[in-house]
Amino acid sequence: METPNRPIPQPITPEARPYWDGLKEGKLMLPKCEDCGKAFFYPRVFCPFCSSRRISWIQASGKGKLYSFEIAYQNFNPAYKIKPPYIFAMIELDEGPHMMSNLINIDPDPKVVKCDMPVEVVFEKLTDEMAIPLFQPAK
Amino acid sequence: MKELRSTVCIVGVDESDEIGTVPHKSQLTLHLEAIHNAVRDAGLKISDVDGIFTAGQHSPALLGEALGISPRYIDGTSVGGCSFIIMVGHALLALHHGLCDVAVVSHGESGRSQVGVTRSRDTALSGQYEIPYGFGPAPTNFGMITTRHMHEYGTTLEQWAQVAVSTRQWAALNPKARFRDPLTIEDVLKSRPVCYPFNLLNICLVTDAGGAVVLTRADRAKSCAKKPVYIWGAGEGSEHVSVSQMHNLTFSEATRKSGEKAFAMAGVTHKDFNHIMLYDAFTSGPPIMLESLGFCKPGEGVYFFEEGKSTPGGTLPINTNGGGLSYTHSGMYGIFPIIEATRQQRGECGARQVPNAKISLVNGMGGMLSAAGTLVLSNEP
Repeated sequence: METPNRPIPQPITPEARPYWDGLKEGKLMLPKCEDCGKAFFYPRVFCPFCSSRRISWIQASGKGKLYSFEIAYQNFNPAYKIKPPYIFAMIELDEGPHMMSNLINIDPDPKVVKCDMPVEVVFEKLTDEMAIPLFQPAK
Repeated sequence: MKELRSTVCIVGVDESDEIGTVPHKSQLTLHLEAIHNAVRDAGLKISDVDGIFTAGQHSPALLGEALGISPRYIDGTSVGGCSFIIMVGHALLALHHGLCDVAVVSHGESGRSQVGVTRSRDTALSGQYEIPYGFGPAPTNFGMITTRHMHEYGTTLEQWAQVAVSTRQWAALNPKARFRDPLTIEDVLKSRPVCYPFNLLNICLVTDAGGAVVLTRADRAKSCAKKPVYIWGAGEGSEHVSVSQMHNLTFSEATRKSGEKAFAMAGVTHKDFNHIMLYDAFTSGPPIMLESLGFCKPGEGVYFFEEGKSTPGGTLPINTNGGGLSYTHSGMYGIFPIIEATRQQRGECGARQVPNAKISLVNGMGGMLSAAGTLVLSNEP
């Protein structure tokens, strides 16, 4: 494979392994509390809602909305080689959690990109062992 | 909590010998100059100092070593730029209980020239969940808060720009400010786009600077060189690190908590203040802080920055040193609003002096509204 045009996620921490393994198979996996039933992000061994340590994993629908966004007119990290302008996205997944990503396949123009627009996940393969979730306007 | 009011005073404040672009000085030098100058301002000696408080890249132990003293109370709480504001509250407690007698809160940062700067911290979370998308410095995170605020409340780019314009009017009156030329809303809107919704002039400076604050108990403060400035109230709080973890993206829970504690200790309400210092890393910060502190309803903070309110001659002066936007911003800016509020309470501010400054509010954030510290300061007990 070519060198990825963005920083490879690292270091991968043990508690996040199911998330990263899922992405490799085209699944967006979320930790979910067995006691209060809420999904959360980022992966951790502790429920931030009810303090439970009984955590399992679910596959997220991949649907959500664009909770907030920014448009980068320059690169802020030398290892990130995608040409600006591009969109930094905060996604609100239908399951509840917020996560950071990029919004792609849309004109990076504040007149076009709108908070709360429906979005869906797309998976971007970075290496044979690594993929990340990006989002695009829902079809 | 109320019994703590006015038990401790700020007796010395100063910057390093130079602030701005200072490539010929290390961060340690910026610290030591600021501490030396602030202790001199108090009419005390370095050997009087027995409590050291600092955040950032240097530990309080290192500052003690460099100063040639062995402090008996140390605090290195590091939760971003507001750490120094929070430390004034920590120093208040330590002094009140006799755990130290003279406390120094110090900041030194080569933010612009990066002399001797190394970054080392746990990046496991940002490295997995943010960096791969290109996220980096503060504008790539604080913009999320700002965009959502515009969506929820209809706040406009012109209204954010007004914060920069108001702050520049104060900077014009401060000889130490880096940028002093008049600024218009148009100038802000036409400045280089960096990361929507921020253009360059929505974002603070990056400078080299040191600053220090000296504190002691009220009884001893009376014999110091300058008129003491009493700490009426102090509060702190934290909520998150990543903006993705905020419970409400347009409201700072940490700020609310810190303000409520400080106001309760001081026994004041919002209408009692006639001078306000807020941490302005971005133009959207101060309005959202005012909202989170309860000065107005969510969405209404920008109204404070109109001509005649926050500006020179206005009814509620805000960021009278010219702020992080125009005076200086080394990276962890929080020491500087304390210095300015102290000088305003002493009446030392010359052209920018707020008439009859009686009660100052200092509020600052750490990170992306992640942590917060609030102080209520007055020249009367």
